[in-house]
Amino acid sequence: MAAAKNDSAGSESVRVRDLVTTFPYGSRRVAVVDQVSFGVAPGEVLALVGESGCGKSMTALSMLRLVPKPGRVEGGSVRLGETEVLELDVPAMRRLRGHQMAMIFQEPMSSLNPVQAVGAQVVEAILLHEDTTVRAARKRTVELFAAVGIPDPRTRIDAYPHQLSGGLKQRVMIAMALALRPTVLLADEPTTALDVTIQAQILRLMRELQRDTGTAILLITHDLGVVNEMADRVAVMYGGKIVEMGNRRAVLGEPSHPYTRGLLAAMPGRARRGEPLHEITGVVPQPAEWQRGCRFASRCPERLPHCTDQPAPRSEPSPAREVFCHARVGAPRDIDPGSSRPVVAAEEGE
Amino acid sequence: MLAYVVRRVAYGLVTVVGVLFLLFLLFFTITAPDDVARKALGEKAQQEQIDQWKRLHGYDRPLLPGPGHVRDNMLVEHFRRMLTFDFGRSDADDTVILDRIKDGAVPSILLTTPLFLVGLCLGILLSLFVAFFRETYIDRTGVFLAVLGMSLSILLYIIGAQFLVGKLLRWFPISGYDPDPAVVWRFLALPVVVGILSSLGGNVRFYRTVFVEEVNRDYVRTARAKGAGDGRVMLRHVLGNAMIPILTNVVMAIPFLFTGSLLLEAFFGIPGLGSMTVDAIDNNDFATLRTMVYIDALLFILGQILTDVSYTVADPRIRLE
Repeated sequence: MAAAKNDSAGSESVRVRDLVTTFPYGSRRVAVVDQVSFGVAPGEVLALVGESGCGKSMTALSMLRLVPKPGRVEGGSVRLGETEVLELDVPAMRRLRGHQMAMIFQEPMSSLNPVQAVGAQVVEAILLHEDTTVRAARKRTVELFAAVGIPDPRTRIDAYPHQLSGGLKQRVMIAMALALRPTVLLADEPTTALDVTIQAQILRLMRELQRDTGTAILLITHDLGVVNEMADRVAVMYGGKIVEMGNRRAVLGEPSHPYTRGLLAAMPGRARRGEPLHEITGVVPQPAEWQRGCRFASRCPERLPHCTDQPAPRSEPSPAREVFCHARVGAPRDIDPGSSRPVVAAEEGE
Repeated sequence: MLAYVVRRVAYGLVTVVGVLFLLFLLFFTITAPDDVARKALGEKAQQEQIDQWKRLHGYDRPLLPGPGHVRDNMLVEHFRRMLTFDFGRSDADDTVILDRIKDGAVPSILLTTPLFLVGLCLGILLSLFVAFFRETYIDRTGVFLAVLGMSLSILLYIIGAQFLVGKLLRWFPISGYDPDPAVVWRFLALPVVVGILSSLGGNVRFYRTVFVEEVNRDYVRTARAKGAGDGRVMLRHVLGNAMIPILTNVVMAIPFLFTGSLLLEAFFGIPGLGSMTVDAIDNNDFATLRTMVYIDALLFILGQILTDVSYTVADPRIRLE
């Protein structure tokens, strides 16, 4: 674990550098989070985008050191202000979790303890970190419930998870995560399990609360609509690596990496009626099949001969923009996004 | 809730009637009173002796209700006796069965209660420990020992402990009983320890499975993400959620603390209800035997009602209607 001491990231709430997390596949360990680096500034939303199994959730769990066994964080650095998270001992890590860095999970249905009242679960979070009375913590919880828009918080605090809707449960999760005003909030697909109408409410709520607290949010999602609505910056992950990162407008507007382009082209909103939806050919390779080179190579329409066996080089097509792709090295900044579009089934006209 | 309990008790009564019919079938028709008498008196007994024995033990009525004996028959008498807890006298030695049950219950409870409580706490703590270290060699060793422990016959534990602790080390008497409160524990210590050890393997294996299933759930991750320590996660969150399967196992066992343990009491010479049942089997004491079967059935029905009610305490999602 190399803790780079000469960090210039004073303005960032959290800085992740070369994070590596491995899982065993057969006899070897595969890095499902492979040399991932990014930072999130106070009040900023960084969206981590990618397909299922690309390592988004594992990145967040690694930051909290909650990777399920037999997974293991192997290296890199997670700096939270002056603190190197990966080097904390167990009690210090426990004090940090939920306090400086909190997390919201994808499944509000199963993420709350079913046999405890929801209020008691938030109270527990407060009491774990603050030396206060149960009474005061309960009062705070009622206020938090009101703040996250739970109607009738005074009664709901004693409700059990099964008595609340999915949206309300996710509000409870948000209240719990924000109870101690964390510096960093890891939101792992916070709206995926919810109705579309509720999704918008929850996203708006997170935005509003962030404005008040200045929390840095790492928003994990596979929904580009959510990215559009929420994110300041976007990091696209594929096969355990970040392949492209930059401002939302830049990444979504003029995607550079062939994978990002494919992802955007596949959005239904961009398709024309009567035209089949674009798809990225092939399937996501399993971690066990990942090769040394670029992991997107097998599906990439712009593949070069050396793509499969040499790791993709980093390039900066513009300031604060990173792309990891062989085809972009030395390539001109403005590439016609259409040029990489694979052939889709012939257009029959409308 | 109250309505539910009332209904459950009503169902229970129906079950009791069914049990009594079965008992009647078993103890009065399949094993006819003549056979019982012949067993008690020996194969060469004369019919006169048999009739006398039946008269003495109250088996001389007609079997089923009929003209002239609508109420005075074995079936009605059987039901009346069982339902009013007037169990009569032993077929073997003419003692009053109810008195013997009262006498035997005390040693049985003294034996089974510490066995149950210590065994339960030990089993749960050990399996929480093993479940916490799941997928490590601690877990694997624990599971191996648990399976080994439950695979050995309880007879091996009993005889092994009697030989080692009773005969070689002479720490405790090999068997026997003295109701004097000052010394009674010396007679109970060995059977209690043997009972705990012999049931520990099965308990640990069962509870471990329950806990491991809970440990992998999302809410456990949430608890850890908000900064709860391992002990807190295991005791407050995991144990709380594992209460349902545990209660099913545990509450059911509580009524049976009263009836003792057949093998432990028999081998350690403890005059509880367990050895009373074993003696009844040995002595063809059908009156005592059917009483014990009936009491076991009552306790089982009681245990089920208690289990259902205890669910509502453990799990807010369960409401009894």
